[in-house]
Amino acid sequence: MKDIREDIAWAQINKDVLKSLENPRKLYWVILFIAIAMVGVAVGCEVYQYNVGLGVGNFDNPHMWGLYIATFIFWIGMSHSGTLLSAILHLMHADWRKPIYRFAEAMTTFSLMTAGLFVAVHLGRIWQIYFALPYPNMRQVWPNFQSPLLWDAMAIFTYLSSSILFLYIGMIPDLAICRDNMHSGWRRKLYTALALGWEGTDRQWRNFRMTYLTIACFLIPLAVSVHSIVASDFGMSQQPGWHITSFPPYFVAGALYSGCAAIITLFIILRYVFKFEEYMTMPILKKIVRLTFAISMVWTYLVWVEYATAWFGHNPHDQHLLLEKATGTYAPFWWMMNFCASVVPLILVFKRFQTNIPVLFAVSLLLNLGMWLERWMIVAPTFADGYYPWTWDHNQWPSLVQWGIVFGSFGWFTMLFMIFCKIFPSVSMYEVKEMVYHRSLATKKLQATGELAAAGKGAH
Amino acid sequence: MSKRHLLALFTDFDAAEKVVTELRNLGIKGFNAEKDMIVKSPIEHPEVEEFLGDRPVRVQWFTLFGAVGMGALMFLLISASQGNFFAQMKGGKPIVPFPPNFVLTYELFILGGVYITVLGFLICAGLPARRSPLYSAKVSEDQIGILVQADESASGTLKSIFTKHRALEIQEEAGK
Repeated sequence: MKDIREDIAWAQINKDVLKSLENPRKLYWVILFIAIAMVGVAVGCEVYQYNVGLGVGNFDNPHMWGLYIATFIFWIGMSHSGTLLSAILHLMHADWRKPIYRFAEAMTTFSLMTAGLFVAVHLGRIWQIYFALPYPNMRQVWPNFQSPLLWDAMAIFTYLSSSILFLYIGMIPDLAICRDNMHSGWRRKLYTALALGWEGTDRQWRNFRMTYLTIACFLIPLAVSVHSIVASDFGMSQQPGWHITSFPPYFVAGALYSGCAAIITLFIILRYVFKFEEYMTMPILKKIVRLTFAISMVWTYLVWVEYATAWFGHNPHDQHLLLEKATGTYAPFWWMMNFCASVVPLILVFKRFQTNIPVLFAVSLLLNLGMWLERWMIVAPTFADGYYPWTWDHNQWPSLVQWGIVFGSFGWFTMLFMIFCKIFPSVSMYEVKEMVYHRSLATKKLQATGELAAAGKGAH
Repeated sequence: MSKRHLLALFTDFDAAEKVVTELRNLGIKGFNAEKDMIVKSPIEHPEVEEFLGDRPVRVQWFTLFGAVGMGALMFLLISASQGNFFAQMKGGKPIVPFPPNFVLTYELFILGGVYITVLGFLICAGLPARRSPLYSAKVSEDQIGILVQADESASGTLKSIFTKHRALEIQEEAGK
């Protein structure tokens, strides 16, 4: 399998990546058009819901969250892959992450932006979103600082703003390259402003390295805390199916899992659309696939821990809910979730599928379908099978309005992501240069050692 | 005496290292290697630091101040606002509940840490910056630049050193 060439000219790296900002394949425009159309559907549904009320989404009591909060959790989860690839693997000095971490970071940012929309949408009275802002004692709101929902607001705001800064800071050297190479026009002005006068001086690089490392160190515990807090929204309630100790690690593993699956999907798309075959190589894809498989098994273990806790805990409500999930109204989706998220990844064990692009594309979509269903199966069945008997005949089926908004959120994410990749370099040029430089140095050292050994003049 | 700026471009780090070492060791009159020399490179290269000598990074002090300061400040603010909740019935629960406040403090500790680190980066790296007197786009591509500032009397010596080490290009501009 061909990896990135160590002897590739640095000027060629600039040229290839900068070309992606100007001449993508036609498929780019098709994807962008479809994404915008999907956003149009969501906007139409939201306007209708805004005018008529949440009833058109088929919401009732006790089903107040429906697909919106399930999808909110899905998008928050999706954001964790960027942190995994850029921060965790950065600290582990995994150099293979370098060509792909930029788009994973962008994915983090846009996933969080998409998740944020659902906070507003699920309110119904969207014009009262400012009531969610926790400034105390005004308007007699009395925010409850003990509520995980308020922690959510703080955690997600911190994560979103930190992720944007992390993405931006890491991009400054590349923005300077764009500034130096782009023709005049709005793009050049944009890059000039955003590059902040970066010239790659030793002082700038020294401080840059320390800053990037520090933010990476902050982002890892932050990402874990964000999804732990989202898990607390459920775990700290008394509802059957939610009051489970293992929920935070289960949510974090699920987040990393769906994020990794999405990275595979986007890797394949970007590789083709922007002609990045030289940089987004098969060995890198293979490593992501193996990482995804490992995380899928961790997630599978945790989901079985959840089932076992419910079943062997001998709490009749939890047991009943588990049985309902497996045999009741939501059973097809629950089984599909288990199949997609626990059985389908087993395909990734086979070496020949680890680099088979059509298979991986389909598998990555199925994995994310499974992870989205998982979030829905956390939210809806508990509402339909709570402690109060009057909730038991409330098996909610989301209306087309809900489906339309959820569908459109995927378009919204894709649209933002694709626009980003067209305006900003989605492969980090300076990091790819570093990667090939260090690899070529290592190869030279190995060759020298080999030559010395052959001549009987070892280092010892 | 008026100062001159010189920018020499080299193909690799080895050549740049030799030049830097020579400039530091020669002790040229009208040129201070510690203050008047900047190395520009297309990638972050730890060896540049080695041959330039120990130059401090102070971003981490901003980080420490931002994280601890923001965390402590927000804990106090949240606790103070909860102190105003006397108007509410608390049912025997603490007015200032520590465990949830620690969760929020944790988030704001990170928020402050990240924000102030970025501020520290901008200050320590001197960004946003105006273009330096001499600049070549080749530096962001594949060449290593050494920008020096020296008295006019020293510029000849500097140029000869650059030429000796096969500089690809030497740019010169009179300083202020």
